[in-house]
Amino acid sequence: MTRIPLRVATLAAGVLLSGCAAVASKDDPFEPFNRAMYDVHQVVDGKVVKPIAQAYVDYTPKIIQRGVMNFFGNFDDVVSVFNDFLQGKLDKAGNDMGRVMINSFFGIGGLIDIASDAGIEKGNEDFGQTFGFWGIPQGPYVFVPVLGPTTVRDGTGLVVRAYASPLSYVITDVPVRNIFYAVGFVDARAQALQAESFVDQAALDRYTFIRRAYLQRREYLVRDGQPAPEKEEP
Amino acid sequence: MRCALSAVPLRVVRAPLVALALLLGAAGVHAQDAPDALVKRVSEEVLQIVKTDPKVQAGDRDRIRDVIDSKLAPHFDFERMTSLAVGRAWRTATPEQQKQLTDQFRTLLSRTYSNAFVQYRDQQIVYKPLRIDAAASEATVRTEIVRSGGAPVQIDYSMAKKGSEWKAYDVIVGGVSLVTNYRDEFGQQVQAGGVDGLVKALTAKNAGPPPPPVK
Repeated sequence: MTRIPLRVATLAAGVLLSGCAAVASKDDPFEPFNRAMYDVHQVVDGKVVKPIAQAYVDYTPKIIQRGVMNFFGNFDDVVSVFNDFLQGKLDKAGNDMGRVMINSFFGIGGLIDIASDAGIEKGNEDFGQTFGFWGIPQGPYVFVPVLGPTTVRDGTGLVVRAYASPLSYVITDVPVRNIFYAVGFVDARAQALQAESFVDQAALDRYTFIRRAYLQRREYLVRDGQPAPEKEEP
Repeated sequence: MRCALSAVPLRVVRAPLVALALLLGAAGVHAQDAPDALVKRVSEEVLQIVKTDPKVQAGDRDRIRDVIDSKLAPHFDFERMTSLAVGRAWRTATPEQQKQLTDQFRTLLSRTYSNAFVQYRDQQIVYKPLRIDAAASEATVRTEIVRSGGAPVQIDYSMAKKGSEWKAYDVIVGGVSLVTNYRDEFGQQVQAGGVDGLVKALTAKNAGPPPPPVK
């Protein structure tokens, strides 16, 4: 009896592996699987998530959208502070901590990004970058429906972040907190709308385009903007 | 959590791509301009048009294409861009195929940017000082777009001297190189259908309707 599932599993693995051989992208060994997940994402996102985000953009006053974006951005800054310390970047930690304090106190709990207006640049460090800073490679690319592109390393960072969520310390009431998470999710999706229209126009194959853009971007963030290795001429 | 699991990947991709749009915005020209001066002059010129031209503001595609073709395109070395994006297959392509690839890629970029153009009215660009010696024939010009509420986005232009003029052959937005990004795309098409397959894919893409502009 146990043979059949085993065979099915072997067959499935075979299909996956042969698919890989055909595409041969070393960053994306699970490409056939990821493409399937991407297709699922397209359906769920197109039918549910995107319309909600579009409605949010169309019918919510801009000033509210801005406030929501800044509010969650303030929590991103808290995460940056953590990761600045984890990477031993003390000057950046000071910068980002200053942002959190200024925006939390003078920016009405983060609704207004006063710090940026004052010229204190927003940092951008997360757990995935911290792993990268300490030499951990990205690992295989993974496309997660609804959430989007990530890698084993960065996805692990996101899980760490989910557990370390600063918002959960500020808002302890679970139903209320879930509403905040939902709003934050819609805000994030809304912010991706413009980029998405760009990808639609630019890409021959959206999947491939998004993958390379994501991987390039993450490598760059880990390097903190230092120049990439030379590109080869044909 | 929201940012945790949901938001981050989307945002991460968004920043560079959104900015990609403006970026092409920077390569422009008087023969004598140093590469950084050139980038600054052309960027400011285009930004000025984006801010003041009523047709551009209204999203008139023809007018926007016109601005791109007349102000930006002359400062790009599309042939080199295309050869870099196509990679090894470029050397096996016939001159005719190379020309087709370059024309189609140029059209694709132009269409892409005209679609994203109008969204960048309130941008402020910071130009980083460039130090190269007079004999240099390659340079990377660094700029930064400052946005309220978000981390600044770096836009770098890889430039090379062609004759007496500097021309851009790659734009790197927030770490995402345009040429590198297309290399995977093009490689995939070449693998599937050879150089002609890639020409066909680009032509088909360019023949399709542009997506509706985003509000």
